[in-house]
Amino acid sequence: MSRLQDIPIQVLDGQGGQSETGNVAPVLHEIRHALARLASTGESTSIDLSAIPFAPGDEAALFGLLGQGEVSAVVNALGETRIEETTYPGVWLVTHRSPQETVLSTQIEITRTPSLLSTPAEDLSDALDALDHYLSSPTAQESA
Amino acid sequence: MKDDQTLGERLRESGISRRGFLKFCATTASMMALPPSMVPAIAAALETARRPSVIWLSFQECTGCTESLTRSHAPTVEGLIFDHISLDYHHTLQAASGEAAEEARRIAMEENHGNYLLIVDGSIPQKDGGVYSTIAGITNLAMLEEVAEGAAAIVAIGTCAAYGGLPHANPNPTGAASVSDIISGKPILNVSGCPPIPTVITGVLAHYLTFGTLPELDHLGRPKAFFGNSIHDRCYRRPFYERGQFAETFDDEGARKGWCLFKLGCKGPTTYNACATEKWNQHTSFPIQAGHGCIGCSEPDFWDRGGFYDALSVPTDDAGNILLGAAVAGAAAGAAVGLMNRKKQNTDTRAHEKVTVDDLNGD
Amino acid sequence: MTADAFLSFARGTGFDWALTIFVFGMLLRLFEVLSLGRKPDLSEGRGSGVQGGLKTIVTRTLPRAAVFAREPVRIINGYVFHIGFLAVLFLYEPHIELFDAKMGLSWPGLPTGIINALGVLTIFSLLLALALRLTSPVLKFLSTGSDYLAWLVTLLPVLTGYLAYNHMLLPYTAMLAVHILSVELLMVVAPFTKLTHMFSFMLARWYQGYRAGHRGVES
Repeated sequence: MSRLQDIPIQVLDGQGGQSETGNVAPVLHEIRHALARLASTGESTSIDLSAIPFAPGDEAALFGLLGQGEVSAVVNALGETRIEETTYPGVWLVTHRSPQETVLSTQIEITRTPSLLSTPAEDLSDALDALDHYLSSPTAQESA
Repeated sequence: MKDDQTLGERLRESGISRRGFLKFCATTASMMALPPSMVPAIAAALETARRPSVIWLSFQECTGCTESLTRSHAPTVEGLIFDHISLDYHHTLQAASGEAAEEARRIAMEENHGNYLLIVDGSIPQKDGGVYSTIAGITNLAMLEEVAEGAAAIVAIGTCAAYGGLPHANPNPTGAASVSDIISGKPILNVSGCPPIPTVITGVLAHYLTFGTLPELDHLGRPKAFFGNSIHDRCYRRPFYERGQFAETFDDEGARKGWCLFKLGCKGPTTYNACATEKWNQHTSFPIQAGHGCIGCSEPDFWDRGGFYDALSVPTDDAGNILLGAAVAGAAAGAAVGLMNRKKQNTDTRAHEKVTVDDLNGD
Repeated sequence: MTADAFLSFARGTGFDWALTIFVFGMLLRLFEVLSLGRKPDLSEGRGSGVQGGLKTIVTRTLPRAAVFAREPVRIINGYVFHIGFLAVLFLYEPHIELFDAKMGLSWPGLPTGIINALGVLTIFSLLLALALRLTSPVLKFLSTGSDYLAWLVTLLPVLTGYLAYNHMLLPYTAMLAVHILSVELLMVVAPFTKLTHMFSFMLARWYQGYRAGHRGVES
């Protein structure tokens, strides 16, 4: 019986090497159309990557092609969500993670500002209440 | 746990922010295979979603479906959804046993009559009065009929419950049947697969929880969102099929390069499921990605549809002996017909009489 | 019956029956002709019959100039159909897999896109063939029901194969079953129509060529 070290292993480039399937190009075209729509009508698009058939390495290849742009943000809500603008302004990579750090879903948002970044309207009134509460408290008056 | 709270209230009570809720809705949409544009609708529906009672019946099965499900939600957001259902009976998972377990089932049925969700995994043996599988002395057949009566909807989890599955395979010694073979007049949804993809199980349950209805179904009773495309159509190896690049064996150059597995018996073209996009183990991989063709486990009677390693375009039977017989018979019949024709020719030649001038002149 | 069960029948029992009838029928027709026999030719040949026979098998593949000049469209269409049909049958990978499994023979195939295009070409050439048959008074007069049947059972496999591959009309599983059944229909009908020429053309060309070669005349 052959031992483990006798089995020939060929290591392939797993870091965004050129995928042979050609599954990345259609996604790029979809992004391109969404970007054109955003520029002309202002309509945002969100693409759920878990619904796209990818070979191992395809996703990394796509991320490699999109690159990293000027903005990156982290939202700490129900685990970490990382929001990064790619080298193509208006194309955002949104990665939702669980509190246990497993990836829940990955989305490409074609928008001016990803919705998760803007403050929810209900939170504004909560913030107002909280600040009012603080200002009317004795601690605030003392430090003033 | 207050039963009258909505899911939105419960989530906020457990300290989840509005951004967290939005994120939850986005991942739920992804889980339900709905487009991201549905997120606002999901958010609105979840705000008002109520906590349903769920009774889970396991019949003639291998517990693989439950195993699959329990691997789906442990560390993820789907867990929040499962915190929100009241799983009142599941004889493998619940703490109670024996009479106490059956009592829990009866109480849940009484209190939620007409409103509970019934989940079934495993087929139901019908032969000889259904004696081949019983729980607490009750046959599966009787228990299914009893519990289905007061259910709002039924979800058949796994190919056994959906279509009979392995127990139903030829020659089906126990007379195994699917839920829809026995129950009529209730909405029945099939989540087939052996086992079904965990995120598909939770996605379907999330859909029911969120919208209070069953999603749109295909002709085999499966949710179209997950079973609308064949494995082949969504397979990342599809470009190799188009180019005519196939693995011929499991260890050749093509297999190493990840070419199409059609010739090795992949049933992807006739199998409808979400493996190719949803994948398994937190989107890690699925059988084709691991180098093995699809065996078609989400289709009815997949066990009896020819060899797993025979290409779809190849006939399932070996007609060798019949063929030899047909060839011999054809040759013999041909020769016989030929000889008869020849005999006729000879007879005609012999019967032929020469015509003389006198004959022609006549009288 | 579900689409899967339908497909199982087409791949199983249906195929067995069709193949049995095909083999039985073809050999029946072959031996029917062969066992008729011919009277021994006692004449001294002026040329080689064997050479003439072999030559004719090849040369009859090309049309005679005079015939071609009379009906170029019909002859070119004949080529288009036969080349297209044979390419789709023998160079589509899933079909090769069938021959490999049943006969242990395999050869390289063509990319699916090319096969798909050839399929369309074949369908159009069959439609044109029918149009030519119906518009030519002589051909129309000579045509019997058997000719139209042969045309139909030849068209159906190509058409259903195209529909199945392109996901048209029926779900893939059902259409694949219909496709396989249409091939089985062709196999059952072929031995009892002019479609026997798929095997007998060689025999006929050999016989004609042999006779001509023996006599030392052009075949």
